[in-house]
Amino acid sequence: MKKIHVTTTVNNDNVEFLCDPRETLLDVLRDRLNLTGAKEGCGTGDCGACSVTVDGRLVCSCLVLGAEAEGKKIATVEGIAKGEELHPLQHKFIEYAALQCGICTPGILVAAKSLLEKNPDPTETEVRYWLAGNLCRCTGYDKIIRAVMDTAADMREAS
Amino acid sequence: MALDDQKPSGFKFVGTSPDRPDGLDKVTGRARFGADAYAPGMLHGAVVRSPHAHARIVRIDTSKAEALEGVKAVVTRADFVDGLQGEFGFVLENVMAGEKALYDGHAVAAVAASSQLIARDAVKLVEVEYEVLPHVTDVDAAMAENAPVLNDSYADASVPAGHHPNVVRYHDSGHGDVDAGFAEADLVIEDSFKTEATHQGYIEPHACLASLGGDGKGELWCTTQGHWIAQKTCAALVGIDTSQLRVTASEIGGGFGGKTTVFIEPVALALSRKANRPVKIVMTRSEVFRATGPTSSTSMDIKIGMKKDGTITAAQGIFRLQGGAFPGAPMEFSAMCAFAPYSLTNVHQVGYDVISNRPKQAAYRAPGAPMASFAVESVIDELCSQLDLDPIDVRLKNASREGTKASYGPKFERIGLVETLEAAKAHPHYSAPLEPGQGRGISCGFWFNHGGETSVSLALSEDGTCQISVGTPDIGGSRASMALMAAEELGIPYENIRVTIADTATLGYNDVSHGSRVTYASGLATIKAAKDAVGKLCKRAAAKWGIPEDAVYWEDGCAKPSGANAGNFDPMPLAKITKSMGRSGGPISGHFEATPEGAGVSFGTHIVDAEVDPETGKTAVVRYTVIQDAGKAIHPSYVEGQFQGGAAQGIGWALNEEYIYGEDGRLQNSIFLDYRVPVASDLPMIDTVIVEVPNPGHPYGVRGVGETGIVPPLAAIANAVSAAAGVRLRHLPMSPPRILRALKDKG
Ligand code: FES
Ligand code: FES
Repeated sequence: MKKIHVTTTVNNDNVEFLCDPRETLLDVLRDRLNLTGAKEGCGTGDCGACSVTVDGRLVCSCLVLGAEAEGKKIATVEGIAKGEELHPLQHKFIEYAALQCGICTPGILVAAKSLLEKNPDPTETEVRYWLAGNLCRCTGYDKIIRAVMDTAADMREAS
Repeated sequence: MALDDQKPSGFKFVGTSPDRPDGLDKVTGRARFGADAYAPGMLHGAVVRSPHAHARIVRIDTSKAEALEGVKAVVTRADFVDGLQGEFGFVLENVMAGEKALYDGHAVAAVAASSQLIARDAVKLVEVEYEVLPHVTDVDAAMAENAPVLNDSYADASVPAGHHPNVVRYHDSGHGDVDAGFAEADLVIEDSFKTEATHQGYIEPHACLASLGGDGKGELWCTTQGHWIAQKTCAALVGIDTSQLRVTASEIGGGFGGKTTVFIEPVALALSRKANRPVKIVMTRSEVFRATGPTSSTSMDIKIGMKKDGTITAAQGIFRLQGGAFPGAPMEFSAMCAFAPYSLTNVHQVGYDVISNRPKQAAYRAPGAPMASFAVESVIDELCSQLDLDPIDVRLKNASREGTKASYGPKFERIGLVETLEAAKAHPHYSAPLEPGQGRGISCGFWFNHGGETSVSLALSEDGTCQISVGTPDIGGSRASMALMAAEELGIPYENIRVTIADTATLGYNDVSHGSRVTYASGLATIKAAKDAVGKLCKRAAAKWGIPEDAVYWEDGCAKPSGANAGNFDPMPLAKITKSMGRSGGPISGHFEATPEGAGVSFGTHIVDAEVDPETGKTAVVRYTVIQDAGKAIHPSYVEGQFQGGAAQGIGWALNEEYIYGEDGRLQNSIFLDYRVPVASDLPMIDTVIVEVPNPGHPYGVRGVGETGIVPPLAAIANAVSAAAGVRLRHLPMSPPRILRALKDKG
């Protein structure tokens, strides 16, 4: 099948790639752009491990076609830290032991960051429902929820 | 190991919860999991799978697939070793079907192509002619007289005469006289239970990158709980020498027992050999559900007698486990764990391992125990409620203690069941008032824990830092625990230690990360390897000071003369000794290898409050507390994490998760939308209490903590549902339709 040429922005870098019309954005990020931070846990939009943002909107990159990235701004887990400086969520996840195997972590960080940008003061229930699309099989979510709530509190204090 | 060898207290590092060493990699997307490896010239593999539950493979025509542009190799069973016996034979049969496809999703061929899309197109071009055979997927149906026969040669000598050939192994154990015991009881309850198969549900699908040449030398990168077992098994299946295959374990995105065997790894190796290029295979989620190990589904009969004062007079259980198309369902673990929390004079347990047209079961966290515990603890709860007794008091009255003859034979050493029950009774959760419509349940649970072959090496660097090679993949923060234990022994900061999961070329054989063994066994080996290095450090200091070796001891990271007689020297810090080690005798390393036998069994008690919506049948878990004996918590945050994760998986098993097969024998729910694991909004915070009753078999008292936590939730929740809704469910999961039916039947 003929490939499509796509010009887009990933983590503020301009990138170009050729992709098969059937390839997902997740495939393109991982296999063509070497950004393996987003994970494929299901490929059907049910686990959230592939979470990225497209023009600021949280999506499952396994449900977006690579070709749809044309002219958009994509942000992935690799772009969350600014150089050496980790995002407060990243610090808190380590501090709270909010990961065991860590396969869900990239997606959860992307999703949690997107939540805090919209709602800097979420309740526990709001955090739980926002993250309901991100499966974690290891932790039982307890430490994840606490890490997100505490990051939100710290960020509110700092701003 | 005698207790007085144990370090009783006064830990400096152990028991703290520092940041894990792989934390940064995991929060930045840098950590490399199974699917994150690429190689020059790499091909993508994909697997052709049977759509039938049971079918004879008449013919496989690969010519159309081979003709597709970009396809570089196609393999079938003919590309693997012939005539393998025993477990390797079963694994090969599971990895690539021979004469028959035995379940929906069973691999029958595989292709490698220049892209994943081409590989998947090629899969559709492989023509397989099947002769469909009658199938069976239910455990009771598979044992029935006229059930379809999967394989009439699998049954071993343990099976008494007169059973269907699908019954492949049998277990019988116990002591005392149960009939006499039941005669003494004031109340005897006998009930039957069923549990459906669940999947470990690790978020990372199986993935590997393999390279194998015609010279029989290979490299394999894969997500696995044990790369040595992968090495041994893959080498056997593709017919090369074990040592010629080097296996590197990737970061692992969850396993829970499901990644203790191989599926796609030998297939990728066979494809690679044929194409003479590296081959990567990544399973889809649907393949994970259809073709990798779920748990056994079960059918169980339990009978327990109790006196009015709560004394259990006799207990008996029959455990029938369906483990897919091959022998190996962990029915003996069901049987052995079922009554382990109780000190019983009369106990009898029987197990059946039954094959059926489902994927080969794999271990899942305390394999076999949660189902058995569900059945037994439900009956205990029913006895307590009919005799109007407090469920914790009854458990305390009958609890196994040090010296109790376990239901499965041996005498318990020091154990912490009573301590968990007492902590449960004292916990504010147990006495908190309930809202209307809520019910509270409790349950105990038991798991053996495991030692296993273990080999650890440690090397000191000139700058006084330390690198440790362990062979057990880090599945939940174990590198942090190893570093803490080494820091404790060496007396250097935690941050100065780097722990690596070594590949198979670097260490001797290491058993899989399973059986809750890593912190126990690799931890013990790390401590002993550090002691080995400390001995050498002391020797160098002794030589420097010109005093005998035994006049030097190690404390706080320094060699010290052991008393005034030994001489008056300033303590010599580790970094000072390593700085000159090249000139004072060469590199300093420590090593230890053994198969430690002192794994300490562990018990837990869970308390749960549940609320059942009578209109929808949906159960909400509103409060949850896990109390478990860890022996010694090396890194308490990750111990809590294990408790919470086990509880969450147990909640899923109790309420939602199940393999659903259609009449056609096909799995109907092979994606996460339909196989629903708990999501964040389904769960409350999960409170934890770490009880520490030291294991006499570990220098710091460590027991495993990974598995016990999934044992009590099934029954605890069933007991809470029974209290909340007034109906007892004897069939898991207690999904809304089952609850509604039970409520309707009650009227
Ligand atoms: S991989 Fe995209 S949601 Fe699971
Ligand atoms: S930490 Fe393993 S899935 Fe979340």
